Amino acid sequence: MSTEIALEVTDLHVRIGESHVLQGISLSVVKGRVTALLGRNGVGKTTTLRALLGLVPRSRGQVILDGVDVTRAPTHAIVRRGIGYVPEDRDVFAGLTVEENLRLAERAGTGRYDLVYQLFPELRERGRQRAGTLSGGQQQMLAIARALLNDNRLLLVDEPTKGLAPLLVSEVAAALERASELATVVLVEQNLGVVQRVAEDVVVLDGGRVVHAGPAQKLFADPARVRQLLGVHGASRDGAA
Amino acid sequence: MSTFVLLTITGLGLGAMYFLVASGLSLIYGLMGVLNFAHGAFITFGAYAAWWLSTKVSGSFEVQLLVGAAFGLLVGAALAALVELVFIRPLYRRPVEQVLVTVGLALSLGALVYGIWGADAKFFPVPDWMLDTTTILGANIPNDRFVEIAVAIVVLLGLVGLLRFTRVGLVIRAGVENRAMVTALGIDVRKAFTLVFALGGSLAALAGVLSGVYYGTIDPARGTSLLIFAFIVVVIGGFGSIGGSAVAAVAVGLVQQYANFYVADWLDWSGAGDVAVMLLLASVLLLRPEGLAPKVAH
Repeated sequence: MSTEIALEVTDLHVRIGESHVLQGISLSVVKGRVTALLGRNGVGKTTTLRALLGLVPRSRGQVILDGVDVTRAPTHAIVRRGIGYVPEDRDVFAGLTVEENLRLAERAGTGRYDLVYQLFPELRERGRQRAGTLSGGQQQMLAIARALLNDNRLLLVDEPTKGLAPLLVSEVAAALERASELATVVLVEQNLGVVQRVAEDVVVLDGGRVVHAGPAQKLFADPARVRQLLGVHGASRDGAA
Repeated sequence: MSTFVLLTITGLGLGAMYFLVASGLSLIYGLMGVLNFAHGAFITFGAYAAWWLSTKVSGSFEVQLLVGAAFGLLVGAALAALVELVFIRPLYRRPVEQVLVTVGLALSLGALVYGIWGADAKFFPVPDWMLDTTTILGANIPNDRFVEIAVAIVVLLGLVGLLRFTRVGLVIRAGVENRAMVTALGIDVRKAFTLVFALGGSLAALAGVLSGVYYGTIDPARGTSLLIFAFIVVVIGGFGSIGGSAVAAVAVGLVQQYANFYVADWLDWSGAGDVAVMLLLASVLLLRPEGLAPKVAH
C-alpha cells in the first residue's frame, strides 16, 4: 500500500466575518486513496475544501500539494496543478449547454470525453441542452464529469449525492469508485452508505477541528464510536442508504 | 408620418450610442461586479483623442475621421485596461471602495480633459455626405444616423459572435454566472476581466466618436451625459446581457425622441424625453426588477 502523501494540510484557520469556522485543521491524504471528510452540518467540511482551493481566504496554515506549498497560490493556479472540484451545489453554468460546460472545464485540449460519456451516457445525448434545464441528478453528473474530464491527480468532491434519488445515489457512488481508480479523492459526504462503499480513510471534523482520523473500516466497525462522532448509526453498504 | 420616421431613425441612432456604452458597462458589471462610474471618462477621452489626432492628419474628412476614430478606440481600450489593472484589480473584494475609486476617477479624468482642452466644444470632422440627408417616406434623415445604427449592429453581431464562438467568450459567459466556479476550473479569470474592461473602453470611445458625428461637436461633459442613459439601459436590459442592452437601448432612444417631440409639443415642456425615460426605468424596475434578460451574457 502506498503511503505517499498527496495532500498535507497543517493548522488551517479560516474566519468568515465574525465566525472562526476552521480552527486549526491538520490532515494528510494518502495518494491513490479515498479520504472521506465527515461531521455534522456546519462543522467546516465544505469550508475546508473551499479553503484548500483558496476560494475562501485562509487566515493561517499551510497547504502542501504533492510536496509543493500552494498556500499563497491563487485558485486557478492551485487547480492547474491537477485538482478537480465538484462543489456542493453543483454550480454548473445554467446558461451554457452541457457541451459548453465540459469545453470550459477542459484544460490543454486533452479532455477525456470518452471516459465521461462512458460513465454518464446521458450527457452525450443532452450535449446541446442548457445545463440549467437538466434535472438535479443530471446536473450532478455534469459536475462530476467536469472534474473527471482532465487528468487530475486529486479530486475534491463535496456532497455528490445530496438531494438525489436512491437510484442516482448508486450511480454517483459507482462514478466515485471509478474516479478513485484514476485519482486521489477527498470526499465530503453525509450518506454513510456511500462513504462505506468508497472511502478508505476518514477524517471527522467537529467545531472546526479534526476530532478523528483513521481507516474507514475501523471506524465503521465501532457503531458506538460512529454514533459518538457523527450522531448517527452506521448505514448499510448499498451506497443508497 | 415623415416626422414619425425622422424621430424613429434619430431615436435608433441615439439608441446605437447608448448601446455601445451600455454593452461594455453591462459586461463589466455582469462579469466583475464593478459598477464603473469612470466609464464616461472612456467616452470623453476616446472622443477627444479622435478629435486631437484628426486635427493633426491631413486629408479628407473621411480620412481624418477614420484615423482619429481608430486612435480614439485604442486610447479608450488602453485607458480602460490601465484603470482595471491599477485601480480596480486590487479592490475586487471591496465593492464600496471600487465605487468610490471609479467616482473619483470619473471626476479627476473629467477635470483633466477640462485642463488640457478647455471647456469649449470642439468641432468634430464630419464628412459632407454624412451631413447630407436621405429621404425616406417623406422624411429627410441625416446620413450619419444610418452610420451610427450600422456601427451598432456590427458591434452587436461582433459581440454575440465573440461570446458564442470563442473560448474567451465562453469564459465571459460563465464568469457572468459564477466567477468563483470559473476560477475553480483552473481559469485565470483576471485575464478576462482586463479584456472585458479594454473592450468596454474601446466601445465607449467608439460611442464618443459617434456622438461627435451625431452632434457635430464634442465637449468635456459628453461622457457624463451619455453614461447616465447607458446606466439606465443596463438596468432595463439586465446586467450582463448584451441582447438585453440592445433592446433596452433601442427602447430608451425611441422613447426619448418620441417624448421629446410629441409630449414637449403638447405640454410645451422641454424635459419630457428625460422624464419619459425615467418613467420607463421605473416601470421596468416595478414589473421586472432583474431587467429584461438578467445575469446571462448573450
